[in-house]
Amino acid sequence: MKPVRSYLLALIATCASAFGQSESRLLLERLALAESDAYPAILEDLSNTGDSYISEFVDAWRVGEVYSHETESGDKLILVQVSEKFIRLTSGETMTLSEEEKESLEKNRPSRSLRRELKRITDTIDLSSPDADTRIAAALKLGLSQNLEYLKALEKRILLEESSRVVRGFEEAIAISLLANAGDASVLRDSIQRLGELKSLPSRDGIASILKGAEESGDAELARVCLTALGKIDGHQKVVENLGNLVRGFSLGSVLLIVAFGLAITFGLMGVINMAHGEFIAIGAYTCYQMNVVFERLFGAQSAAYQWFFWVSLPLCFLVAAAVGFALEKGLFRYLYKRPLESLLATWGLSMIFQQCFRLVFGAANVQVDTPQLLIGNFDLGGVSLSYTRVFIVAFAGIVILMTWILLSKTNLGLYIRAVMQNRQMASSLGIPVSRVNSITFAYGCGLAALAGAALSQIGNVGPSMGQAYIVDSFMVVVVGGVGNLLGAGISAMGIGTVDQFLQPMLGPVMGKILVFFAIILFLQWKPGGLFPARSRSMED
Amino acid sequence: MKAFESNLEYKAFLTIAVVLVFCIPILNAVVPEGSFLHVSSFQLSLWGKYITYAVLAMSLNFLWGYTGLLCLCQSLFFALGAYAFGMYLMLHVGVDSVYNTALPDFMDFQGYTELPVYWAPFENGGFALLAAMIVPGMVAFIFGYLAFSSRIKGVYFSILTQALTYALMLLFFKNNLELFGQSFILFGGNNGLTDFKEIFGSKVDAQSTQIALFVASSVLMLGVYLLIAWLLTTKFGKVQQAIRDSENRVRFSGYSTTSYKLLIFVGSAMIAGMAGALYVPQVGGINANEMTPAKSLDVVVWVALGGRGTKFGPILGAIVVSMIKSYTTRAYPDSWLIILGLIFVLVVLFMPNGLIGLPDQLKPVFERFRKRSIAKGDVTENRA
Repeated sequence: MKPVRSYLLALIATCASAFGQSESRLLLERLALAESDAYPAILEDLSNTGDSYISEFVDAWRVGEVYSHETESGDKLILVQVSEKFIRLTSGETMTLSEEEKESLEKNRPSRSLRRELKRITDTIDLSSPDADTRIAAALKLGLSQNLEYLKALEKRILLEESSRVVRGFEEAIAISLLANAGDASVLRDSIQRLGELKSLPSRDGIASILKGAEESGDAELARVCLTALGKIDGHQKVVENLGNLVRGFSLGSVLLIVAFGLAITFGLMGVINMAHGEFIAIGAYTCYQMNVVFERLFGAQSAAYQWFFWVSLPLCFLVAAAVGFALEKGLFRYLYKRPLESLLATWGLSMIFQQCFRLVFGAANVQVDTPQLLIGNFDLGGVSLSYTRVFIVAFAGIVILMTWILLSKTNLGLYIRAVMQNRQMASSLGIPVSRVNSITFAYGCGLAALAGAALSQIGNVGPSMGQAYIVDSFMVVVVGGVGNLLGAGISAMGIGTVDQFLQPMLGPVMGKILVFFAIILFLQWKPGGLFPARSRSMED
Repeated sequence: MKAFESNLEYKAFLTIAVVLVFCIPILNAVVPEGSFLHVSSFQLSLWGKYITYAVLAMSLNFLWGYTGLLCLCQSLFFALGAYAFGMYLMLHVGVDSVYNTALPDFMDFQGYTELPVYWAPFENGGFALLAAMIVPGMVAFIFGYLAFSSRIKGVYFSILTQALTYALMLLFFKNNLELFGQSFILFGGNNGLTDFKEIFGSKVDAQSTQIALFVASSVLMLGVYLLIAWLLTTKFGKVQQAIRDSENRVRFSGYSTTSYKLLIFVGSAMIAGMAGALYVPQVGGINANEMTPAKSLDVVVWVALGGRGTKFGPILGAIVVSMIKSYTTRAYPDSWLIILGLIFVLVVLFMPNGLIGLPDQLKPVFERFRKRSIAKGDVTENRA
């Protein structure tokens, strides 16, 4: 949805620039050439255009980069100097001037009173911007400045607004401004009450200080109003915080989930504890980094093609990690089947080798992977702002789950995998190519880890030992979920991720982790086999 | 003695004991410095460190080699013991020049003017030594009780012990613990405990102290060796090994495997803690880096390389790997981790019985080789 919206916006913006901008530019030229008695009317028109170019021009005007130029036919033009070139204000085209003409240019500067007027316009110009979000943000900013002048501008503009969302934003801004500018007590009380109803977070400090003043002066009525408003605002803040934690927890859980899926498959299928799984996360993240570098070198950081690096590296890092995993399965892991303790050691050694190789190739310091334009920014969900990267990761995990589910339940390979998981010998004797199934599944698990790494490169650090930070958690996920059980892994990943995020602000990251760990140990007292223990009739000695 | 399997083992043990407890200290203290036979103080404390590592490896072997519990928190117990004794040493650094208090620097730094209650008993060296055993023992008891009573075993046990290490490591990396709205100072955070001055009234870096510590470490190692060797001959040891080989059968025979495992787990934690207590004055410091899960896995590789489930293997493994480490980290700092990793992989793949088992493992190969050469010889003889 987002790309469509942003393209549409871009389209609208280009059209708007063709019409709206030329109007404001004409007005600016008139203003620059007009006498002082004509200012008010032009300024009025200008403030209605809502064109952001106005502030750009005013800046140039103030610092003396604006010249008036008399053509041979006697017309007066306004030129803007942009790094040695002269650009005609109305059309935006570059003028070629002879040396003489350059000599004859006259510097055009606004008078002091006009400058003040212009400042008011440029400060409030965003209030009439075509973009609703910009309007709301501008209104809030002006409201928070609590300047009486802007209050008037806000009160004037709110009458023109139609969308209820924007009106609410303006009301909030006006009420905040009124906290300092209210003429009498009843207006102040009303605005505080209104802020409480609007659950306005930015006004919290202002109301709190009024409450303090009211308590000192003994104004019980005002104090009561403040308290109710504060109660509402704090309640809302709590909701916002909790929702934020929930989303962060879900995105952390999603990463854990992708990682744990790979682990659960390899462990459930082959009895191999892959301690090097975390390094496959790093392989994924470093693949993204490498693609970032390559794209930057090939296309330059400004080009449109550069934005594609992340989407190209997603499948690529899956393939790279899968290839590495396939090779390792053939060379190492197949000697370790059903020797879990030994496999733990060998894979730990492998993980050390990997980490050191990352350090030698990419350096010991963390590297930065760019975020593609599409994922930059936040969107607002009932007052909670969610970053696109977090949402993307949750959605991405959903896709991975779907892929895995389809692979396991709808394909022949999945049938084989489940058969081998249940009984290796029996599957083999029924003609299932066990060793090939093993290699492919192992490669798939490694690929999943790399996908998790690609997702992580957008929200965390990419470094040689990044995998270590997640591997302990994802082992916990597998243990809690029940080994080899994907549904259990999913539920426990989300659970652990969310609980972790909720405990962290309360207890700090360390105590949160420790508490989660003890909760897991106690949970295993109750359900030793995890959420969905593997059923088996064998004694498993 | 009853503990020894063979006369050879008995003689070897006696020789090593004499060398460690008498010869090396004498070579350090009496033989003049330029002499070929002189053991430098640096070498002495280095080997003292190796010996504490060897004890650590033996404690893990007791668990993993003989009971089949792959514990990934052995270095945690080691570090806990080290911290307990380090606290004693930290409280005897004397009045420092910067803050003019007897408190450790990191407490001065945080504005403490008197010792927190839970630090106070550690002024007493005896208590600290006891705590170096009791604290790891308690942690092992609580964790082990929970884990064994819910019959967590095999890989799950390993994973959970690793998580325990990870959690406590995070705790020890912190300076303060905020709990119930109060702040508790911990154990020096990132820097840990270091800059020790005196131990039981004598200077830490004096030659006599170093010798005493070396001898104490050696005695501990020999004692632990004897203890393990003796235990293996008792019924306890037999049950222990039976648990390793087939836990369910042992349980069906009416033994409480949970109690056995718990006892062994706690005991090995206490041994590791004692090793840690002797480690700290010889190395001169302890910090949370010694608690990382990686360190615990290092211990596992010592045991695996030396020979798991053998009495002498862990000692050999700990010393060999530590020597390789101190050589490669100096000569090829970049490739140390790669070498260690390769040791892990290769040992698991090709040396299931470790260095100790290598001769037995190679015997059939030699024999085949010899037979072939004999067979060849026969052929040539026949021709002649």
